[in-house]
Amino acid sequence: MTDTSAAPGAASIPGDVTAAKPRTATAKRFRPNGSAIVMGLYLLFLMLPIYWLVNMSLKTNSEILGTFSLWPRNLTFENYVTILTDASWYMGYVNSLIYVILNTVISLAVALPAAYAFSRYSFVGDKHLFFWLLTNRMAPPAVFALPFFQLYSSVGLFDTHIAVALAHCLFNVPLAVWILEGFMRGVPKEIDETAYIDGYSFGRFFTRIFMPLISSGIGVAAFFCFMFSWVELLLSRTLTSVDAKPIAATMTRTQGAAGIDWGVLAAAGVLTIVPGALVIYFVRNYIAKGFALGRV
Amino acid sequence: MNKTVNQKAWFLVLPVLILVAFSAVIPLMTVVNYSVQDTFGNNVFFWNGIYWFEEMLASERMWNALGRQVVFSSIILAIEVPLGVFVALNMPKKGFWASFCLVVMSLPLLIPWNVVGTIWQIFGRVDIGLLGHTLDAIGINYNYTQGFYAAWTTVIVMDVWHWTSLVALLAYAGLQSIPDAYYQAAKIDQASRWAVFRYIELPKMLGVLMIAILLRFMDSFMIYTEPFVVTGGGPGNATTFLSIDLVKMALGQFDLGPAAAFSIMYFLVILAISWVFYTVMTNLDKRDAK
Repeated sequence: MTDTSAAPGAASIPGDVTAAKPRTATAKRFRPNGSAIVMGLYLLFLMLPIYWLVNMSLKTNSEILGTFSLWPRNLTFENYVTILTDASWYMGYVNSLIYVILNTVISLAVALPAAYAFSRYSFVGDKHLFFWLLTNRMAPPAVFALPFFQLYSSVGLFDTHIAVALAHCLFNVPLAVWILEGFMRGVPKEIDETAYIDGYSFGRFFTRIFMPLISSGIGVAAFFCFMFSWVELLLSRTLTSVDAKPIAATMTRTQGAAGIDWGVLAAAGVLTIVPGALVIYFVRNYIAKGFALGRV
Repeated sequence: MNKTVNQKAWFLVLPVLILVAFSAVIPLMTVVNYSVQDTFGNNVFFWNGIYWFEEMLASERMWNALGRQVVFSSIILAIEVPLGVFVALNMPKKGFWASFCLVVMSLPLLIPWNVVGTIWQIFGRVDIGLLGHTLDAIGINYNYTQGFYAAWTTVIVMDVWHWTSLVALLAYAGLQSIPDAYYQAAKIDQASRWAVFRYIELPKMLGVLMIAILLRFMDSFMIYTEPFVVTGGGPGNATTFLSIDLVKMALGQFDLGPAAAFSIMYFLVILAISWVFYTVMTNLDKRDAK
């Protein structure tokens, strides 16, 4: 039995498989077994470096460099205060959030109709277009850094939030189209046809009926646009200098003449993890399907 | 799903086409432009044919960077894919612990890449890092800025830390889609744990695993920020991967011609390999649809 219980789903066999399973989990007592140990070790491996960062952010510099301790001896929030009261620090977060949100909105707005077209109709060149879109996801940002810089400088968008948002569309739009297409595939075509027979126009059908049906897909696509725009640094750093400088680039400031200000660096790092952790909480139930790009 | 032929669907695709063309085709043409021209400065360019391509193909520097890149991507895939599948098989199926695992596992994926670099830079330092300090205390000579193996190990462990969860989450999503009836049938047949994995779980996961391999291959082939922050491409050139070398060449030395030729060949390599994965993937999709 210990052998089969490792197989997901094999341990609990419901009497009637056709019946919908109750959504609320049967609160089983947490028994230590092989799987739990594997997961425990893996999660520990994931959390240790993050814990170390948090730990450092709560120490003073002299404690970081002077003593080696597994937890802060003199707990201090000084590093966070430094960041949250200095405009040149916290504006980095504001800038990052602005272009990330702009990018998410733009990506979704253009990707929704396109994904619908790909999932419902076949037209001349659709397969080639779809692959061409994906190739942009594969384009190394390093290749595009310099041309982007020249392009956005020449149209006068250098150092603006919209420039970064547009540049990130390069990889986020294809991704959004891909995810949304996967989710839309799962909606039967009969729904569209019935709506058109009932006299719905395309626009009204799309916003009133279709979008609510794939709302989880939209949420997941938005999450992924947010995520990839948030974590990208090369393009956002190349395209900004002062006014739209992202937090990730601001962090290099901690290397001063007197060495690196480790405490502030760690605190800034911890604060960059927070927005991601917040959004992840909202999409936690769809995240696995989202990572599979809707193709499960 | 059989699709209706409708050429008007192009209008729905048009916004995407315009936007992506603006941010992909124009810059790409700039790169192509640079790759076939040379300059004496002052923005005076002249036609240079395929000279830069010939030069880059003959340059040892590019082949070395490509070699390191291929080794790195292969090691990454060889570790992350089996490990990710293994973790997915051990994840709780539902309830509080499933959500808990999902959230914690997704955390590394949402950390900005240079912060990932910073985390490992700190974590591995002998004076203030937990990992470096511990290794030092048990007598292992570990210094990722000096030692070749230490640098490679750090970069690889960092990538495994950063991205294994992606493979695990994808495999988990694949596992979730397997109906319980399959497992019951296997149980009635008294199938071994290995047989269940080989004949039920693996085939069902294959589609998502292909996505995982595709994504991991593409992203590891483009890796720039994390190793740049941790090792800066060093010691020497030990961890100078393609993107790092390219940025050095284009923005550091401003050798636009060679860098552009390099970019195009780099892009073509990724494109070719990704096309292979993509074709396999769409064929799998078709087979599943039947």
